[in-house]
Formats: sequence, structure tokens, C-alpha cells
Amino acid sequence: MKFLTEYRDPGLVAQYLDEIRRTVTRPWTIMEVCGGQTHSLVKNGILNLLPENVRMVHGPGCPVCVTPLNLIDKAVYLAEEKGVILCSFGDMIRVPGSSRSLLEAKANGADVRILYSPLEAVRLAKENPDREVVFFAVGFETTAPANALSVLHAQRLGLTNYSILASHVLVPPAIAAVMNDDDVRIQAFLAAGHVCTIMGVGEYYALVEQYNIPIVVTGFEPVDLLHGILMTVRQLEAGKANLENQYSRVVKAEGNPEARKVIEQVFTVTDREWRGIGTIPMSGWEVRPELAAFDAGKKFDVRIAKAPECADCIAGLVLKGIKKPVECSQFGKACTPENPLGAPMVSSEGACAAYYHYAEV
Amino acid sequence: MTSITSLACPVPQFDFDVITLGHGSGGLLTNKLLESGVFSVLKNPLLDTHHDGAVFTLTGPLAFSTDSYVISPVFFPGGNIGELAVNGTVNDLAMCGAIPAYLSLSFIIEEGLTMHEFRDILVAIRTAADRAGVQIVTGDTKVVEKGKGDKIFINTSGIGQMHPNAAISARRVTAGDKIIVSGPVATHGIAIMSVREGLDFETDIISDTANLNHTVTALLDEFGEAIHLLRDPTRGGVATVLNEIARDTNLGADIRQVQIPVHDEVAGACELLGLDPLYVANEGVFMAVVAADIADTLLARLQTLPHGDGAAIIGEMVADHPRQVVLTSRIGGRRVVNMLVGEQLPRIC
Repeated sequence: MKFLTEYRDPGLVAQYLDEIRRTVTRPWTIMEVCGGQTHSLVKNGILNLLPENVRMVHGPGCPVCVTPLNLIDKAVYLAEEKGVILCSFGDMIRVPGSSRSLLEAKANGADVRILYSPLEAVRLAKENPDREVVFFAVGFETTAPANALSVLHAQRLGLTNYSILASHVLVPPAIAAVMNDDDVRIQAFLAAGHVCTIMGVGEYYALVEQYNIPIVVTGFEPVDLLHGILMTVRQLEAGKANLENQYSRVVKAEGNPEARKVIEQVFTVTDREWRGIGTIPMSGWEVRPELAAFDAGKKFDVRIAKAPECADCIAGLVLKGIKKPVECSQFGKACTPENPLGAPMVSSEGACAAYYHYAEV
Repeated sequence: MTSITSLACPVPQFDFDVITLGHGSGGLLTNKLLESGVFSVLKNPLLDTHHDGAVFTLTGPLAFSTDSYVISPVFFPGGNIGELAVNGTVNDLAMCGAIPAYLSLSFIIEEGLTMHEFRDILVAIRTAADRAGVQIVTGDTKVVEKGKGDKIFINTSGIGQMHPNAAISARRVTAGDKIIVSGPVATHGIAIMSVREGLDFETDIISDTANLNHTVTALLDEFGEAIHLLRDPTRGGVATVLNEIARDTNLGADIRQVQIPVHDEVAGACELLGLDPLYVANEGVFMAVVAADIADTLLARLQTLPHGDGAAIIGEMVADHPRQVVLTSRIGGRRVVNMLVGEQLPRIC
């Protein structure tokens, strides 16, 4: 596969590993922000190949994991009580709400559908004029353009039966929140390549300066990750704190202006609750007030009381990189992918699931 | 798909277009459906007796297997539920080391299925049965209300005589045995995914559904007891079968990612959809655990047999890490391959 196999080349991987080993003189702790990167590190066995002095800590970049419990309850409520066609990306539907997941709601007869694109949901709305169709629009900056586009598309088609239940989250405020946490000891970040593909790299200069930490925008394939780690440790060893772009074949400094325009048309920045972490100021996007007709949270009366989180789950500590999944007393015991206590055990991007499925040998 | 004109059996003519509840009543309509449809396509001396069951003679050790087919969509690139229902049970028997002989066939039809669709399914069943060298000797047809099924469900059971050389058992697997897959994996599952609702990608990927019995028989003829275990990695894919083998043998399995054959288009689709080909279903692939000393010879022979040209040795059974499957990744990292939990779900981004 062109553009993939060359980034999985064993020879290049060995070269980067050698170079990292030669560069590192003391222990460093680096956080990869994105769950996709966590997954790739574990799935390819990279964590076992890195020298001991390079400690990777897994960040909060798993959209499914940080979607608030209350919002899942709302989605379940819309599907069960309001009879909507509730559409969602795949890995969201297994995340436990306070009483049940969307998957369980589906088994109980609710009309829950797994889609790959929100535009498919708009098509469903067009084909089912007598039904309400709600798309569960979660994710980081990466998924926002498509979700925004679905609203604009529905508006253009004059559909009144389409809305989104939005809970978008943003990476830069999350990095700030991690750095502001007194328990966190992160010395550098691998920023999420695909988020920057949309948003560009401009937002990260302020973080580099404010916290005096290296940030390297990094891709997802083994060669990308090792290259990103090498760039990071080179900075750390040299006492530098710069913003660098490892993923320049995909990420342009200005991002994708078209996508950003669409996002701006539909969303506005808001405070956002992150499951396991708490509310982070100005860390999310919600549907603009003038498009409230497409905002399922406003369109339907979905006031659901907030349920408490499972007391045994340490998802918050895992998402902030303070604990590794295997340090949780419930890991692999009371908490498994079949019976998850928290979202990181469900999502394919969740750190707990990554460790469970691909446990280190 | 085989064109209808190439078939020896007469193309059935129906005086109705759609199957209704009446066709399952047991009365006149049922008889019409059976006479002009099922029996005329599946025709063979045992079925032609129209008895409540089939009477035949088989001697020696037998293998018996059953499976139900509920695939959606019923028609998919490279086949339909009909040939899947025949090939699936034929292959299950072959994996036991048996030579499939007779099949039963039961339909649960949702009213509204068109006769055109039903005919295509019947023709596919006949073609697949002929290809596998089995006869459909007994069966049943039920019709359920609209909404109570998904077009058509099929159950087949099959019986076959054990191959005289077969000694297939998890107990015979030892450390050092080689693990072989008979062809590229994940093709069937991805072919199905490509036509499911909500997905819209252009691809030429077609299901690899096929009967594997002749290939397996040829291997048993030649290598007999050196073949320790046979499995077909259908639902749950290669990863699930490997975990079952590790569990049943109390041994570990070591596999190497670079040696697992996957068609480029299939690998690409898996990347796009966020799926691991090791967990995707197969219908025309089997796995064999064989004695190390004949593994290379067997592989070379398999590559000359039908559906075996893409075969590869993907790893071996080991005494280390009992009950665990460990994969060495393309880049040399090692990780555990676990049993699939629930359904593989596409990821968000």
C-alpha cells in the first residue's frame, strides 16, 4: 500500500530506534496526545522496542473516552424515549452510560445505527421524512468538519428532521489542562497529526512558550512515531522547547482553511466537560445559537440528571497520563472490554483497551 | 456467479412473483413452491422420493455438522447466502477430516422474498453442491411474517465419512508444529462490509466463499496423520481460531505479521475502516496445524491445489506462553493477539 508500507519499513524503524538510543542520555517522559498514536505504539509493539529511558505516557486524545456520561445517557434517552434514529460512529455505541450503552438500547429495540459518515445520517433524514434523525457528533477537531458539513447540508436540503448531539473537544486546551495538573510530570508532547491537518499548528506556539515544552506534531505509522520521538528527545537533550512538524507530508502550517471555515460556520467555542477529567474552560465546540434547530440538545427536551461515575474506575488518571492502565486494580479483572467500567476500556483508541488487546509480552 | 444458462438443471418457472405466508402453510402453495422451485432445481434420486427424510447407507466413522446462515445482505459481491450455506457446512465437515456426502437444507423465508431472488439462491445451492460433490437429500421450508426475518435464513446439516488417513485432534498438536493458512485472509468479511448500509466505497473485492473439501482430501491422501488440526476461520477470523487452538492445546502460538497473506485491496479497506484483518471473517480459507518436518512439502503441494495458491506458513506452536497467541509485528515488535470481544466496531477517526 503506497504511503503506508514505507512508513512501516523495518529497516527505517531500526535506524530510528538506533538513533533514539544514541541520542538519549537520561530518562524522559513524553505524552502522545492522540489515542490513535497510543493504539499504534501498542499494536506494533513499539513500546517494547524503545529504550528504557524513553517513557511514553498516553494522553486524553480518545474522543469516545472523554465524552461525558451524561451525554451518552442523553443519546440513549433520545433513541429509547423519543424514538429517533440515533446514528453514531461505531466505537461510541458500546460505551457504558449510567444505565446502559447504545448497543444495549439497540438490543432493546431502539433504532441505533452505526455509520461511517454524518452525511449518511443526512441521507437517512431525507429518506425518512416522518422520523427524527440524530447524529451523535463526538470527536476532536478531526471529525468536526464532516459533522459541521452535515448540518450545512441538511440546511441546504431544507430538512427539519435532522440534528446533531454535539460534544466536540479540542486538543490545545487539553494539553494546557494536563500541564496545569500538579500531579502530571510530562516533559514533551507528540501532538495529534490529524487534528493539526484540520487546524494547522498555529495554536501550539503559545503552549510551547507558556510551558517551555517541546511539541512535535506527529503521524501514526511506526516510522512517524519513532521519528517524532527522536525529534522530541533531540530537543529535550539539547534543552530546547520548540514546535516541530514531523507529519509535514499531511499537516500544513495553516491546516485546512476550507474545513476550518465550515467549522466556524456551524460551531462556537464553549466550556466542555471531559469524562474523567472535569470541565476544561473553552475546550469544546457546540452548535451556534442561530443553528439551534440542528442542535439535538436544544431541539429535544433531554434534561437528564447527572449520574455518578463508577467509583472504581481511574479513567481520569489514565487520561491525564498519571497512571498506566495496568496500574488500575480493576484492569482485566472487574473491567474488561466485555464488561467495561470506563470508556477507555471500550474504544479502540482507549489506552485501557489497547493494553488489554495487545498487552505487552 | 455462474450464469443460469450454464446449468444442467431446468430453470424453474413460477406463476407467482413473491413468496407469501401461504407458501409456508403446508398446503397447495407450499407444494407448488416445492415442486416448481426447490425440487426441480435440487433434483437427485434421494430427494426425489419426497419422503419425510432421506434413507441411505454410510459405513465406518462419520462426521456430522450443522450451521445456520443469516448473512446480510443475502446477495453480496462474489456470491449469495445459498452457496455460503453449502460451502460452510461442507467445509466444517472437511475440517473434521471427513468427505462430505449428504446435506439437509432448511429455509426460513421472510414473506416478500421475490421468486427471482429465491431462484437465484436455489441455483447457487445446486451449483455449490455439485462443485463440492454433495447431495441435498432432505429439507424444510417455512415462511415467517414480514419483519420477523431478514429475507431468508438457511440451515444446513451435513454428514460425511471420515477420510481413512485423518487423525485430526487438538491433542495431537505439539510444540514446533507449523501453522498454515490456505490463502489470503479477511476477503469475505470485507466484501460483505463493502455493501453494508452506511458504507460506500468502491471496490472490486469479492467474497472468497468456496468449498475446500477437495483440497483437504488431497492433502489427507498425501500427508494423513501429519496433519494434526484443521480449522476454518469464519466468524472471529484467524485470531479467534488461533486463540482457540492455543487454549485447546495448552500451547502458545507465535505468528509473524509479514507472513500473513492479505490482498492489497483488502488490507487497504481494513486500514480505512479501522479493522484488523486477523479478526475479519473468511469463507474460503482454512488453517492447518501440521508436523514441522512435512510443513514445507505440504505447503508446496497446497499451493498447487484449488484455493491454495496463496497459502503460507504464518508461524508455529510453541511451549512458551501457553494459551497465548503472540504476533511479531512487521517492524519487529511483539504483542499479544487476543480473542475478539463483541463485534469489531469501526473507530471514530
